[in-house]
Amino acid sequence: MPEGALAVRCRGLVKRYGSVVAVNGLDLEVRGGECFGLLGPNGAGKTTTVEICEGLTQADAGEVFVLGETWQGDGLALRARLGVQLQETKFPERLKVREVIALFRSFYPRGRSVEETLALVQLQEKGDAFVKGLSGGQKQRLSLACALVGDPELLFLDEPTTGLDPQSRLSTWGIVEALKARGRTVLLTTHYMEEAARLCDRVAIVDHGRPIALGTPRELIASLGAEHVIEFAVEETAPAVSAETLRALPSVEGVAQEDGRWRLTVREVHRTVPALLAALAEGGAAVSHLTTHHATLEDVFVALTGRTLRDA
Amino acid sequence: MPEDPGIRVRSPLVELTLARVRELVREPEAVFWVFVFPILLAGILGLAFRSRPPEALPVAVVDGPSAAARLIALRAEPGLRPEVLAEPEARAALGRGRVVLVVQAGDPPAYTYDPTQPESRAARLAVDEALQRAAGRADAFTAGALEITEPGSRYVDFLVPGLLGMNLMGTGMWGVGFSLVVARNGKLLKRLVAAPARRSHLLAAQLLSRLIFLVPEAGALLLFACLLMGVPLRGSLLVLCGVSLLGAMAFTGLGLLTAARPRTIEGVSGIMNLVMVPMWVFSGIFFSTERFPAAIQPFIQALPLTALNDALRAVMLEGAGLAAVGSELLNLTLWGALSFAIALRIFRWQ
Repeated sequence: MPEGALAVRCRGLVKRYGSVVAVNGLDLEVRGGECFGLLGPNGAGKTTTVEICEGLTQADAGEVFVLGETWQGDGLALRARLGVQLQETKFPERLKVREVIALFRSFYPRGRSVEETLALVQLQEKGDAFVKGLSGGQKQRLSLACALVGDPELLFLDEPTTGLDPQSRLSTWGIVEALKARGRTVLLTTHYMEEAARLCDRVAIVDHGRPIALGTPRELIASLGAEHVIEFAVEETAPAVSAETLRALPSVEGVAQEDGRWRLTVREVHRTVPALLAALAEGGAAVSHLTTHHATLEDVFVALTGRTLRDA
Repeated sequence: MPEDPGIRVRSPLVELTLARVRELVREPEAVFWVFVFPILLAGILGLAFRSRPPEALPVAVVDGPSAAARLIALRAEPGLRPEVLAEPEARAALGRGRVVLVVQAGDPPAYTYDPTQPESRAARLAVDEALQRAAGRADAFTAGALEITEPGSRYVDFLVPGLLGMNLMGTGMWGVGFSLVVARNGKLLKRLVAAPARRSHLLAAQLLSRLIFLVPEAGALLLFACLLMGVPLRGSLLVLCGVSLLGAMAFTGLGLLTAARPRTIEGVSGIMNLVMVPMWVFSGIFFSTERFPAAIQPFIQALPLTALNDALRAVMLEGAGLAAVGSELLNLTLWGALSFAIALRIFRWQ
């Protein structure tokens, strides 16, 4: 794949399931050699979008080019150039890890050896283990191995770390980073902002079947105009705090409220916090909760939708 | 492209078939149901329904002046097992079925028996003849007796081809149906299609693995039946293999068809039972299809298991050749080809 050429190009994708619109006029461009992330809450249409790109689901409208080609017939020739990992594939429990990888290797006209693939996903010691006996993280790595065994030009990863423990998640991230270092193109979906921030060169934030923001994680966070977030709440009995008061505080760039909890995006925490506390004390409101953190993609999502990724 | 020269990449069809074979042989339950269970069933049923010499009929003679003489007369008859009882005990014994006939004490005697019971009727004839003869009646002639003990007409001889047919149906349908639905349910089918597995290979691997298992599966039951239970194989082994093969293919096709749509094991189990239960009942596994009324015979004869069982019995017990079982083979071919074709059209890949 030439650097900079488009690995995936979608225009105006629409997919409906009955009355539910899963994908609603989505445009998408994934450049060769980059790791592109679709970030959004469950039900945002990420999986449907990826499965349309993988040729597994037919879009109701719109066009899709994958590695410059469209999906036609069984698409075997195009599939041979892709690596696909679905959410939760249940591999046959009584097969050995090595046998499953060899099975998937047989579908590709060219690719990696089984041993090399085992090493790539750090499953060398589990080659002769039965699928049945693998942990969740190891099963996920086996799934990754099956997507990598054809040495794909373009790799689709659908929620590669959902449901994994932190250690397995870190090791999966390590594998994807190693692939990136070798210049492979990856399209991944996730609802973990830290995953998108760490792995992705560019991120599209998706909500209700359409992208609502696009850019590098740094750009997206910078679009908030402030790098820090202050979250606070006051006692329920306290007099109401007005958004105008908060917006007038020094270095505040954004104000949002959700479930009685305020969220301020600020440039400089050390200037805002004393002023905030003083203003609250003056209004007679006792603070019941106060935290600050560096702005993340989650804050971008909240700023755009008014909801958190978990709640959405 | 990194490719170890020493690593052989097998054809996808071989890998898919191997995967099926490995899955099955590594499943102890499957090995039991496919290989051991039919043999156990043949052994147990063969033993339970083995041919026995006709049993002597138990009859009671009510105690009285002529009881002793009657006892001697009846003992001379090998088909009877007489005993002398007091009248109340004799009545009780008849009521409980411990004896099938009571000779009352009067002279001439009266027989108390149940004419609706074949054993009772037979006892009446034998008892009457023995007592008449003892009372001085001369036989007009003595007929010769030619007893039939044809080998191959025992119950177990009838049973074994039926069990073989039942087994071919069960493994074809469950083996194919379950694995496909499990693979669909666990998104494995979708994943295999996404990795570029050919759909035709996925289905052909099911057929091939069935063919591989057919040999030990049918072989184990036939070896057991022929060597240990003396079940005859009068036709050619080659024809028997051909019939079994066609039967296995027909039921693999039906298995594919039943598994073409369902997403869950519960779903496919229901359809499987709907398809198989009628054949368990009607297709002559344990008893002859001729016992059912003529009105439903066309339905029974159309069932693939009826055709398979009839063909297996004809080859094993009557020594039929291919031509003699032509209509059965046609039936199986049609079932197999039709279900295969429909399954391919309606198959749900994800």
